[in-house]
Amino acid sequence: MKIFEPEIVAFCCHYCAYTAADMAGSKRISYPANVKIIRVPCTGKVDAIHIMKAFEKGADGVYVAGCLQGDCHFKNGNTRAKYRVEQVQIILGDLGWEKQRVAMINMSAGMGERFARTALEFTQTIKQLGPSPIKITHTDINQQAIRF
Amino acid sequence: MITAEQKPLNEILDYISPYDRIILVGCNECVTVCAAGGRKEVGLLASALHLNFLKHGRTVEIKEITLERQCDPEYAEELVSEIDRTDAILSMACGCGVQTIAARYNEKPVFPAVNTKFMGASVSQGIWEEKCQGCGDCLLGITGGICPVARCSKHLLNGPCGGTSKGMCEIAPDVDCAWCLIWERLKALGMEKRYEEIMEAKDFRAAGGGGPRRIIRKDLSL
Ligand code: SF4
Ligand code: SF4
Ligand code: SF4
Repeated sequence: MKIFEPEIVAFCCHYCAYTAADMAGSKRISYPANVKIIRVPCTGKVDAIHIMKAFEKGADGVYVAGCLQGDCHFKNGNTRAKYRVEQVQIILGDLGWEKQRVAMINMSAGMGERFARTALEFTQTIKQLGPSPIKITHTDINQQAIRF
Repeated sequence: MITAEQKPLNEILDYISPYDRIILVGCNECVTVCAAGGRKEVGLLASALHLNFLKHGRTVEIKEITLERQCDPEYAEELVSEIDRTDAILSMACGCGVQTIAARYNEKPVFPAVNTKFMGASVSQGIWEEKCQGCGDCLLGITGGICPVARCSKHLLNGPCGGTSKGMCEIAPDVDCAWCLIWERLKALGMEKRYEEIMEAKDFRAAGGGGPRRIIRKDLSL
């Protein structure tokens, strides 16, 4: 059986998580290739609709990685991002999806190890949850097609 | 403005599940300001509906349109070019908008996606409170700018009642007693005398007790 390799989208703040990812790279700390990074000027720029569109396009999990609480370069962008992640969790819950498919993570620019560790942990969480319900449906349909 | 909140997703899905082509219509005014049914919320709801349908292996066409003012016939007209290509309309405007659309396009089912709540004002970012019940005969001029009809839980015209406690209403510790506010305000304005005058029973026909209300302005009518 093919091993499930999830597609994960990480919205990373330019001032912290994105730099931390860079740091992980320069320190040769590897993190799962499943995580596709989208650099944003501040996590406050990430709206609920961006997270939803990632799911619509087939992401199995999405996380937003911003600065540590109180350390946002734009005062409270990361707090806003946290609320938006919670908003999407509510929507996913209403749809009967697992809320853990979306998460807010905080770190500073110097935390290369933490970036790699959280990327790994989130990937493992999503692997345990399995493919996004959208994909399950697609596969079901394909399998049916084969069977008939 | 008129405030609203999105309905539970399950209820919305129940309404629209039978249809394959839907127009999701927002409104650029009140419901945009209270973040219940503007362009942004239209996008978010459309996305949630897509996710749900995709999960069930269905692709439903959802056309997102946000009208300037859904309760105005001239803006409702803007859906004309889309209407033949749709099976149902889901509206994110307040009840006035939903009804305007339903009246104009009576050959198509029209469903509300929000619950219209009250006429209110924003007290701080993300918080709205009821301020007016449209009683048709405004009392604010004699109550120090604080409405007893909308903000006193018992709609008393000669309050406060015995339930007032330390400036709060008996219904909840975080709800101001409107009559306490009225008294404080009149005192600050040196208008205590006004408080002593007993207000007569209000004629609630103007408030809707006489049936649906209507405004006719001959100077504006065509
Ligand atoms: S339909 Fe009219 S009253 Fe209702 S939210 Fe839109 S502008 Fe406001
Ligand atoms: S007195 Fe009537 S019109 Fe005036 S604010 Fe209160 S409900 Fe509205
Ligand atoms: S406590 Fe004040 S606001 Fe509450 S019902 Fe009595 S008079 Fe009205």
